Amino acid sequence: MEPHWHARKLLTIIAEAALERALVAEVRHAGALGYTIAEVRGAGQAGERAGDWEGERSIEFRVVCDEATAGVIADRVMGRYARDYSLVLYLSDVQVRRAERFT
Amino acid sequence: MNLDPVIPFLLLGILARLVKSDLRLPEALYEALSVYLLLALGLKGGVELAKHPAAGLLPQVLAVIALGLVLPLLAFAGLRRMVGLDRPNAAAIAAHYGSVSVVTFAAGVAWLETRGIAFEAYLALFLAILEVPGIVVGVLLARGLRVGAGFGPMLREVLTGKSVLLLLGGLAIGALLGPAGLKSTAPLFVDLFKGALCLFMLELGLVTGRQLSQLRRSGPRLVVFAVLTPLLFGFAGAALGNLLGLSVGGAALLGTLAASASYIAAPAAMRVAVPEANPGISLPIVLGVTFPFNVFIGLEVYHAYAVHLAR
Repeated sequence: MEPHWHARKLLTIIAEAALERALVAEVRHAGALGYTIAEVRGAGQAGERAGDWEGERSIEFRVVCDEATAGVIADRVMGRYARDYSLVLYLSDVQVRRAERFT
Repeated sequence: MNLDPVIPFLLLGILARLVKSDLRLPEALYEALSVYLLLALGLKGGVELAKHPAAGLLPQVLAVIALGLVLPLLAFAGLRRMVGLDRPNAAAIAAHYGSVSVVTFAAGVAWLETRGIAFEAYLALFLAILEVPGIVVGVLLARGLRVGAGFGPMLREVLTGKSVLLLLGGLAIGALLGPAGLKSTAPLFVDLFKGALCLFMLELGLVTGRQLSQLRRSGPRLVVFAVLTPLLFGFAGAALGNLLGLSVGGAALLGTLAASASYIAAPAAMRVAVPEANPGISLPIVLGVTFPFNVFIGLEVYHAYAVHLAR
């Protein structure tokens, strides 16, 4: 491994677009420094989300941070929104440059 | 026979979905068309609005707000007592039926224009106004007066959402420019209106077709509700229009507004403000039943009723 790579976690949340503002707030609250959002479509246990009009958009929300921060975000999102919204969360290992940009 | 061009386009979209065609309009086109329709309706209304003294319109505006507050209460009562829904779902669906659909209004405008029936184009103002009270009442019905911290941001989102913003903006620009000023933009905002509406209907047909296949989830009682409510509300709206001294076309259009159910602003607001309500039961009836019912049958019926009232 190159010495200037630093280990971080990538937390990915796939959610209804209605949750976008709430997710941004959670990420800020937990102290993560940034996030990336993409519009996606797909299907899961709760059915298909074709994203073909504004009422049915889904987003993929990505945060790179340390494991503790990812845990805080995931716990709060699960606690607040998992009951009423379709959510997918997963955590993966990533290597980043410029570690100071990620908590 | 005077077949409206929007009807075959809506049918084509539904058919495309039913045969599982790969037809998909780009999201950006859908977005652009909705911006276009809102502005076109606003501008046309604004030119006419400028001719009316503001004080003269005030009673009409107040009456329309009252209509927007009463309709969701009626819908809620029906959903609780007759359909037997729980409180959050009944409140959320009441918000959909209390609020309005821009494209149903646009279809009503096209319907009247195709037949050369005069109407008050400034009703676009009522379209903007009616979007809001239904949603507010819906949230209050679900939450009671303890609406919580989410209410302010939710209301702000509805009021600054693109439909209210573009309708009111279009009305203001139209009023400011007047007929002469608007003449230069007429090739885009007036002449292309019906063609653009047809494209939008094709897209909505795809959405409607998908919701139709989900109708099972809503159950037969809600399907009956989704047909009876627009009829009842349409008659109420047309009667109010008649009372307010609108022309036959104007009364029919107010009926159309009252009959229509919101499928953009209300679902988005309810998802945030009443998350425990299930959009899986409300969207199929709003988009799969009420919207096509209004376009295929309702427009005709509300106009006939307005004609009857004017006699």
